[in-house]
Amino acid sequence: MMLIECPWCGPRNETEYGYGGEAHVAYPADPSALNDNEWAKYLFYRKNPKGLFAERWVHSAGCRRWFNAVRDTVTYEFKAVYKPDEPQPIKTTNAPAQGGTK
Amino acid sequence: MAEQVLTEISVLRTSPLAHLQSALEQGAVQGDRGVSVSEIAFMTQIGLRAEPGTAAHVALAAATGVGLPAAVGQVAGDANGTAVLWSGPDEFLLVAPDGTEFLDDLLSALGQEPGQVVDLSANRTVIELSGPSARAVLEKGCPADLHPRSFTKGTAITTVLGPVPVLLWKSAEDTFRLLPRASFADYTARWLLDAMAEFASAPID
Ligand SMILES: [Zn+2]
Repeated sequence: MMLIECPWCGPRNETEYGYGGEAHVAYPADPSALNDNEWAKYLFYRKNPKGLFAERWVHSAGCRRWFNAVRDTVTYEFKAVYKPDEPQPIKTTNAPAQGGTK
Repeated sequence: MAEQVLTEISVLRTSPLAHLQSALEQGAVQGDRGVSVSEIAFMTQIGLRAEPGTAAHVALAAATGVGLPAAVGQVAGDANGTAVLWSGPDEFLLVAPDGTEFLDDLLSALGQEPGQVVDLSANRTVIELSGPSARAVLEKGCPADLHPRSFTKGTAITTVLGPVPVLLWKSAEDTFRLLPRASFADYTARWLLDAMAEFASAPID
């Protein structure tokens, strides 16, 4: 059992959560301008770093809210959690573009 | 021949655990390690949604008569009357005794403001688990910290019991209310009866 900290509910068992993949993948500004290759990259291509990674998680058995987390993919340790409208507290290679928060 | 028109339909209501009532009674364990389970059928339940800090939140807080809880675990009001449980930062569940008429007041309080008032009375049923062993029964399948140092009387959280999502509410000392969805009520009640059975025997040292 591992405890994951929900920004709203506090520490809860990992079984209460769902994983949402890489965080801060921005929706294309003009989706219709993308060719198939670019659209596929937006939909399916994700980073897979060894080390710190910003991810989306959902507290599905609790408050049902989505939030972001910085997790070390080597140790599985959660370094930080932050709400969608909060700045990323620890830098990762997949940080939000231009200091944005989404 | 005059047609018979049924005007009082409440007699036709069947609660999700009505078929298990005698099993629940027989499952009760007496004594120092006692624990018993029962259904509180047909409680009024109303789902409320409003963002804190908005006019809708202020209006709904006033209309419930007991306010709205501000953070996880909190319950506004009390278990014997009207209570409002926190289920998300902008989501609450009002629970009141059967027959409490609240919906129209809350709907008119919300008015056209962004938010939600919806009757969820049939969505979940209320199971009450009570007795000195109640916490030990729940701890077999609930991953939340139920120790009294953190889970005090008047606390309610959304969590799981085994595989079943439930609202878990400590309504009094040694008394917990579980609110599973109606379709999970049968499984949850049988899970509890199974988990309670060992307490009828003396503990093995
Ligand atoms: Zn949560």
